[in-house]
Amino acid sequence: MTDRGKYQPLSYFQLMEVTLRELLVEKGLITEEDVRRQVDDMRARTPERGARVVARAWSDTGFRQRLIDNGTKACEEIGLEVAPMRLVVVENSPRVHNVIVCTLCSCYPRPLLGIPPDWYKSRAYRSRMVREPRAVLKEFGLEMKDEIQIRVHDSTADMRYMVLPMRPAGTDGWNEERLASLVNRDSMIGVALPMAPESKDR
Amino acid sequence: MQAQYVTHYPLQEKPLFEAGERVRVRNAAPPGHIRTPFYIRGCAGEIERLCGAFPNPEELAQMRDGLPAKPLYRVRFAQKDVWPDYKGSPADVLEIEIFQHWLEKT
Repeated sequence: MTDRGKYQPLSYFQLMEVTLRELLVEKGLITEEDVRRQVDDMRARTPERGARVVARAWSDTGFRQRLIDNGTKACEEIGLEVAPMRLVVVENSPRVHNVIVCTLCSCYPRPLLGIPPDWYKSRAYRSRMVREPRAVLKEFGLEMKDEIQIRVHDSTADMRYMVLPMRPAGTDGWNEERLASLVNRDSMIGVALPMAPESKDR
Repeated sequence: MQAQYVTHYPLQEKPLFEAGERVRVRNAAPPGHIRTPFYIRGCAGEIERLCGAFPNPEELAQMRDGLPAKPLYRVRFAQKDVWPDYKGSPADVLEIEIFQHWLEKT
């Protein structure tokens, strides 16, 4: 077992980060405070923001349409500043299941979902999701019937994608906050479904 | 065809393709930073939508301004046209963003 408390020299990339940061500060281009604030902002972006968007779309059909037409503008409507990200929302239906991948790197709708999970950036996910999506979904515990069309979205350029999952049955009359509590991160990537309402009854 | 996101770069190329039009991805291998993955080069699909016009990433990677901005499309491919041995429903599709200069009419 490795001793996690043991002193380790800086890795190549850590050293590069420290060097670059200190140079930028020394030259007066940024301050240490700017760096700290950016880290704070990054940490504040969590999948709960995406869940709010989904819950609103489930509750308001006008909003749902505006979200599909122009995701970035629709997010602004509910006070979520996601620009300059250009958001494309892809909607699941009983006939279509959408899933997101970035085969070239790890493009991800960070302003809505936060920092991507490690598996999203892995070579295995990136290469296999376009090649054999049904097998990969099954490994996530999602077995899709043949009648359901799988749409894989490879985000290679300037757009960022989010899946709008289907509203679970048995949630009639739920308010947006309660609906949002069912929307997990993976359902907005497309490798899972939202949680079942019973999971919230207990 | 209306772009989903309208951009305002001083120089923009005109879009040449319409939604639903059949296109083929150029089967080329130029050097440099390319945002067209190898697996999709040479494949035929159809235009799903026009995303907007964006600076050419191949130029941006060379520290140039990327102008004129290039129309960027989402192109939809049948999975069986991308992977001849694809296992899964014949209705399954793959959608991907491709810049206009990587597309040609079929």
